[in-house]
Amino acid sequence: MHLHLYEAAVGAAAALALPAAIIGISGEPRGPSLHEVRPTVAIVETVLDYPLPGEFLAGGTPAAAPVENRAVPAFHVMKQQVSLADYGLCVADGACDPADAAPTGADVPVTGVSFLDAEAYARWYSKARGQTWRLPSAVEAAAAAAERFGGESFSAAADDAANPSVRWLRRYREEAAVKRPADPEPKPRGHYGPNTRGIEDFGGNVWEWTSTCYARTTLAADGSIESVTDNCGVHVLEGRHRAYMSNFVRDGKSGGCAVGTPPENLGFRLVRDEDSMIARARNWLRGAFRSAMADTV
Amino acid sequence: MFTRRQALLGAAAAAMLAAMPPLAAAANEAEVAALPREKVTLVAPPFVHAHEQVATSGPKVVEFTMPIVEKKVVIDDEGTEFQAMTFNGSMPGPMMVVHEGDYVELTLINLETNSMPHNIDFHAATGALGGGALTLINPGEQVKLRFKATRTGTFVYHCAPEGAMIPWHVVSGMSGTIMVLPRDGLKNEKGEPVRYDQAFYIGENDFYVPRDEDGNFKTYESHGDSYADTLEVMKGLIPTHVVFNGAKGALTGDNAMKLKVGETVLIVHSQANRDTRPHLIGGHGDYVWEEGKFANPPAKDLETWFIRGGSAGAALYTFLQPGVYAYVNHNLIEAVELGATAHFLVEGEWDDDLMKQVEAPGPIPVN
Ligand SMILES: [Cu+2]
Repeated sequence: MHLHLYEAAVGAAAALALPAAIIGISGEPRGPSLHEVRPTVAIVETVLDYPLPGEFLAGGTPAAAPVENRAVPAFHVMKQQVSLADYGLCVADGACDPADAAPTGADVPVTGVSFLDAEAYARWYSKARGQTWRLPSAVEAAAAAAERFGGESFSAAADDAANPSVRWLRRYREEAAVKRPADPEPKPRGHYGPNTRGIEDFGGNVWEWTSTCYARTTLAADGSIESVTDNCGVHVLEGRHRAYMSNFVRDGKSGGCAVGTPPENLGFRLVRDEDSMIARARNWLRGAFRSAMADTV
Repeated sequence: MFTRRQALLGAAAAAMLAAMPPLAAAANEAEVAALPREKVTLVAPPFVHAHEQVATSGPKVVEFTMPIVEKKVVIDDEGTEFQAMTFNGSMPGPMMVVHEGDYVELTLINLETNSMPHNIDFHAATGALGGGALTLINPGEQVKLRFKATRTGTFVYHCAPEGAMIPWHVVSGMSGTIMVLPRDGLKNEKGEPVRYDQAFYIGENDFYVPRDEDGNFKTYESHGDSYADTLEVMKGLIPTHVVFNGAKGALTGDNAMKLKVGETVLIVHSQANRDTRPHLIGGHGDYVWEEGKFANPPAKDLETWFIRGGSAGAALYTFLQPGVYAYVNHNLIEAVELGATAHFLVEGEWDDDLMKQVEAPGPIPVN
């Protein structure tokens, strides 16, 4: 899946006005058990082509995920995945269940955490910081991951509507072709390096939970969406490729991966909405931009 | 650049999709559409819905509807609570009966109140992982699958979502049996017809309930909460409960199966996960299709029969003496300690010829 990204003009303008936010090490209040402030990266308003998550049916047969052109409002994202040590603070506070991860002195991301664990951590972290932190939606994860965004690796579309096995066999061969040796050992944070936005380790061996529910969408003959059934007992994970896992699953090998080798580890990072004053200014700018563009489209 | 006008699907792709025939449009669709249809209401095991032993008409489409129900149940006499997953609300799921050449048309419903995706894999069906690849549905969805019953016998069906979910769903209760009868009914090894007065369906469950530090069974708020601990117990391969029909004592006492001397029973026994060895204490298997497949001649006069994990077998027996019969998994530890015991209550006249207490118990005589 080719990802076409561009910064909206307003986003770039707002970013210039806030140079510190690009690096994102802002002076946020300390939580009771947090010893240091976690660096964040500001993601400016972005417009991107985004393959919708979930499964799609057209005329009763599986169809390729439609690609939507989406505007993603600005937000702040943790530069690194939440670490095992940071997660341990939440556990010590009694607000999180222990992760299914081997103890280590190394600065590794937390792994062996379910969607429910990640949500619990977000609640605790928000309270500790006096701010609203949450899991990113899948499209926010895509915006933050930029060139490292995997999305859907292979088409889920039926190759032959009268013979479903053609698709099953194709998918099997595609998945076998990209199989790589499993490398589940969590690496020290920063091991996989930053992407062009300065966000580290996306697309490494830790897949990241999102707040986006799995959904099955029925498409009409013209490609428009006819109906959507959300299943919020299953959430989307983004990483090297997209995966869908039940909320309580901590082990990626439980299956539920659309394609390729199952996720080696399940972890997460959090995002925070932009401060309301800046958001208001940005919205005003965006409105002005849209009305200016309306004549030219 | 991708614009909003091109959103969703390209026009060419949309046109191609519109031109595709629907999946079900096979060559014989018109023939199937012309067949008579029968709607069957399923009943909870050990009972089996009314059915013909010998088909009195040609092939038909037999319609079944099964909701999938996730619910908390009690599985023993100690009040152990268990997060069950069920077909149609029962463990095992209901037994379906059709004849060879019939089409089974199942509407599978994943209730909105459920939390997980489920599907169904019919061992009796051919292709698509037994239908599993065509039936995976989320809470709030339903799907309709049709398959042709081409082989006779008793066959397990079970849920088979992905990866580690498969064994977990199965040992949480998601299995049942379909019986495909020969159109002209069951026959013995000589090809002579054999008939039954009543059929009972016994599904054996192995449960893996985690314990706390004190050794007491743990209870959980939800299926998800129970998953990680349960998986650890499952990997030890030693069940905490081995029961018939979802709970210790589900087929004893008031729920014991009732028959009369001279009546013939067909006992269908399934185990979707693990081997077992049914035995009727004080009785026999007159004709036993151990593998459950009616194209093979039945074994005769068995004392104990072997049910392979992932299969269902059928035993036919005519009760010759009245009394209380225990029907057990003859791993007696599993029968007595873990729960795998059912009872038949048989009324009628005692036959001294078959057995008589010649002398009542008394002191050992001294010469
Ligand atoms: Cu299931």
